[in-house]
Amino acid sequence: MSDTHAQTARFVRESMLPEREPPLAEVGAVKWVRENLFSGWLNILLTVVSAVVIGWILLHIVPWFWNSVWKAGSLSQCREIRDEAFGPGASSACFAVITDRWHQLVFGFYPQTLYWRPVTALIVFLIAASPVLFPRLPRQALWFSAISPFIMFWLLWGGSVWAPLSVLLGIVLAYVAFRIASRFVSPVLAMLAGVAVAVLCWGLLAGPLTTDMSRILPIRLRAVGSDDFGGFMLSFIIGVSAIILSLPLGILLALGRQSDLFFINKVSVAFIELIRGVPLIVWLFTASLLLNYFLPPGTNFDLMLRVIIMVTLFSAAYIAEVVRGGLAALPKGQYEGADSLGLDYWQSMRLIILPQALKISIPGIVNTFIGLFKDTTLVVFIGLLDPIGLSNAIRASTDWNGVYFELFVFIGLMFFICCFSMSRYSIALEKKLQREHR
Amino acid sequence: MSDVAHEMQTSRAIDRSQMQVSDEVAIQITDMNKWFGQFHVLRDIDLTVYRGERIVICGPSGSGKSTLIRCINHLEEHQAGRIVVDGIELSNDLKNIDKIRSEVGMCFQHFNLFPHLTILENCTLAPIWVRKVPKREAEETAMHYLTKVKIPDQANKYPGQLSGGQQQRVAIARSLCMRPRIMLFDEPTSALDPEMIKEVLDTMIELAEEGMTMLCVTHEMGFARQVANRVIFMDQGQIVEQNEPEEFFGNPQSERTKLFLSQILGH
Repeated sequence: MSDTHAQTARFVRESMLPEREPPLAEVGAVKWVRENLFSGWLNILLTVVSAVVIGWILLHIVPWFWNSVWKAGSLSQCREIRDEAFGPGASSACFAVITDRWHQLVFGFYPQTLYWRPVTALIVFLIAASPVLFPRLPRQALWFSAISPFIMFWLLWGGSVWAPLSVLLGIVLAYVAFRIASRFVSPVLAMLAGVAVAVLCWGLLAGPLTTDMSRILPIRLRAVGSDDFGGFMLSFIIGVSAIILSLPLGILLALGRQSDLFFINKVSVAFIELIRGVPLIVWLFTASLLLNYFLPPGTNFDLMLRVIIMVTLFSAAYIAEVVRGGLAALPKGQYEGADSLGLDYWQSMRLIILPQALKISIPGIVNTFIGLFKDTTLVVFIGLLDPIGLSNAIRASTDWNGVYFELFVFIGLMFFICCFSMSRYSIALEKKLQREHR
Repeated sequence: MSDVAHEMQTSRAIDRSQMQVSDEVAIQITDMNKWFGQFHVLRDIDLTVYRGERIVICGPSGSGKSTLIRCINHLEEHQAGRIVVDGIELSNDLKNIDKIRSEVGMCFQHFNLFPHLTILENCTLAPIWVRKVPKREAEETAMHYLTKVKIPDQANKYPGQLSGGQQQRVAIARSLCMRPRIMLFDEPTSALDPEMIKEVLDTMIELAEEGMTMLCVTHEMGFARQVANRVIFMDQGQIVEQNEPEEFFGNPQSERTKLFLSQILGH
């Protein structure tokens, strides 16, 4: 005690210090440049080399874009226009291929007079998606979101309106059966009852209902086969359907993998490991080739539908693992808190566990979705005309033989826009949830 | 453990008019045994709790006291023996378990509030979904109990914005919203700063004054002395000694109890 310095031991502050600005050299751009670009000989050298490399790349790319030709009927015409305007041999992109084949790139071989249908379907999709993505919109709009898949299906594939309606009827009946059954038996049994009712309805009722109703009240659009689908429309349909379907399936698989019930647990684990362990392309070939051997002869199971199912199952396995990570990250106390209040399993999952686990899993889920969306280009290998497939087809024509980069730049850009907006949305959602929950 | 300090914190006149133990059995545990794998956590537990009792369970860590009360609402499964709560025997029937859990409130050491819901939503969730109470009514009940634990003004905040003591009081209010007939407390003050312990203990004392049947695992010996009508000392998964607080603290019988009390009261 006695040997502490008198000055340090006795000190009383009379007035508090005011806040001061930091020194000028320690803030803003100047500081950043000095610290990050020119902080030593090696860094100065690296900065200069990088600047030269960037400059060299820009020197080649910028004129290529800047001199690009947007209106021409063929590659040779493109070249002529370039030679006239910028001199022969100038670096110039020929984006005319995109304007010339725009419809094909977007719609594939969908009948030209019916382009309004996919466009309307897209509008329906955007309207249906907005209340799901933005919770501030009125909740009643979710009803429209729920029936929108049937509207979109009808718009895209056409045919009798009664076909999608009878599928919808099956789902409604299944739900009713589930609600009634859940009053008497356990939720799992009730769910099985619902599924059974749906299958019965689709198997026995849907066919005759569609035929009869079509005779009585023939509301139909011209049918368009899946063979005519192509371009970004195809990628978008496969990607979006798989994204929407794989999320609930993935969540169920994650819960199944956590379950104490032996059978459910083992089935989930086996499913996830099997699907994840085999490349997507193998599953796509399975969908396109092998499945035909197993299905009874004469059944014509649409190839696109098969692909959607395969892609859905594939990404569901990944989603399941991502969600499992979220579930594992929750403290055990959350499960116990929910249990101690008497909430049953499904209530505690739906109200307590999943909202938190999914929030944690958002980056991983969106990551999986982005991967899935880009993987839709793999369908080119089983003969579907996605944008990559179309670019091959376009190049095969005499008009556009030799166009490479322009098509790929365009396709890449379109995919980038989609994936980047998904990424931005997920970040915005994370921030919003962070703010709300703290 | 500054027991003296805590005793002073909780020392206020306690209204004992409602604290009455009836002959009605609230919880009956007979010959209960539990293992974690090979480890025998609870051995031949026999315990009868009458309605209106305030029981404090103490003992060294690892003695099985938390596990014991967690068995009562089946957060832990027992492997042998019987537990009957409010006349319902705990079995593996999920409906039974949920029924018992909705009648038995529980407060945890780490509160276990739901961070993604507001305080009010935390309190109304179980009444709305388990008891099927209309939302308006559930909110009124919730506000009533939040007022009782003295934090009605925090109703629209999220748990993360509250202090530990406030969170624990919300947890108590959340349990009370289910109008439980029995309350279990699993070390409710162990994760709190000394300053916040008092506010939680005060809430618990008020609850006791209203005649709630309570089982508390706690190290707050001041609380045990003043509020409990029975103190149970556990060690190595067994009930070593139980007695009225005065006798328990003043004249402990077992050597193990004496040692334990000297450890926690000695300094």
